[in-house]
Amino acid sequence: MKAAKGITSRAHPLWLAYILHRLSGLALAVFLPLHFWVLAMAVTDPERLDGFLRLTESGVVKLAEFGLVFLLTVHMFGGLRLMALEWLPWSASQKTLAVGATTASFLIAVLFFMRAI
Amino acid sequence: MALDVLKVTIERGPDAAAAQQSFDVPAYENQTVLDVVSWVQQNADPTLSYRFACRVGMCGSCAMMVNGVPRWTCRTHISKVLDGNAVTIGPLRNLPVIKDLAVDMDPFFDKWVEAEGVHHGALTRDDPIAPVDETTVERTTANTGIECINCSVCYAACDTVTANKDYLGPAALQRAWTLLNDAKDEGRASILDAVSGKGGCHTCHSMGSCTAYCPNDLDPMSAIAGLKRETARSFFRRGRS
Repeated sequence: MKAAKGITSRAHPLWLAYILHRLSGLALAVFLPLHFWVLAMAVTDPERLDGFLRLTESGVVKLAEFGLVFLLTVHMFGGLRLMALEWLPWSASQKTLAVGATTASFLIAVLFFMRAI
Repeated sequence: MALDVLKVTIERGPDAAAAQQSFDVPAYENQTVLDVVSWVQQNADPTLSYRFACRVGMCGSCAMMVNGVPRWTCRTHISKVLDGNAVTIGPLRNLPVIKDLAVDMDPFFDKWVEAEGVHHGALTRDDPIAPVDETTVERTTANTGIECINCSVCYAACDTVTANKDYLGPAALQRAWTLLNDAKDEGRASILDAVSGKGGCHTCHSMGSCTAYCPNDLDPMSAIAGLKRETARSFFRRGRS
């Protein structure tokens, strides 16, 4: 069974990037209805919303927010990666250079942003 | 690290999981996976069925699953795949098993034709030979895919092929992309039509296993991406051109 049905053949960066993008998308799809439901409380039941917002002070929720930001980041860059992969007729080395330049400028921008706040 | 004996597990029969057999194979300095399978057939069990021809990576007939990864067995040194002194060898994934390690390649080649992976000529023998400019972008693009040996390693590696029996697969689509960029081929409309339908290039999820495991270092995933761009372009241009 090991030879034909094992998952060994999936252990490469391209496949891992694929699955990370899909799973983060699914997780965000599950999160969104809950997000809208809580937002809708502002109209339907403001006191209940305030109660919920007090809940967000707790550490567990703060930790979950890190997870949420992680999912959003992973999914956004996964999508950009997929679009670059499929829609840009560039060579692999051109794409590597472009990603390198974008990453460097992003890191510098974040540095300035962190100093500003 | 000199090994004396290799523990070789071979999956036999269509119900591979239920029919595993182990063999002790003497280890040699220079030994490919195909050599190991041949040793079993010649010395331990003459009823073992497998397929090979050229033994030098040209004919594309000896591909098998080796420790869960599709490989051309004639050019895979056993030391590269050994897990300790053990190795598991099975028939290629995603294709019907005929017997033991021999799979039925018909679905693979049928899809090759379905993707219009055939020559579409417009000239006759009376016409002069058309010159081909080796420096054009189209020719360079076509050149990147012409070393395919039809071994079906990419087809076996692809999870989209597993999940969708209509999907044409990486090799056939790469062939379509090569022909689309070939100045000698006149089948542009029929190729684009064949690869844009159900099971065509847009079925691909860009998982990249085809590119990761192609023994000839080809890049079917990028070829399919090229088809995605070309079919989209022709879709949006329809009516204007």
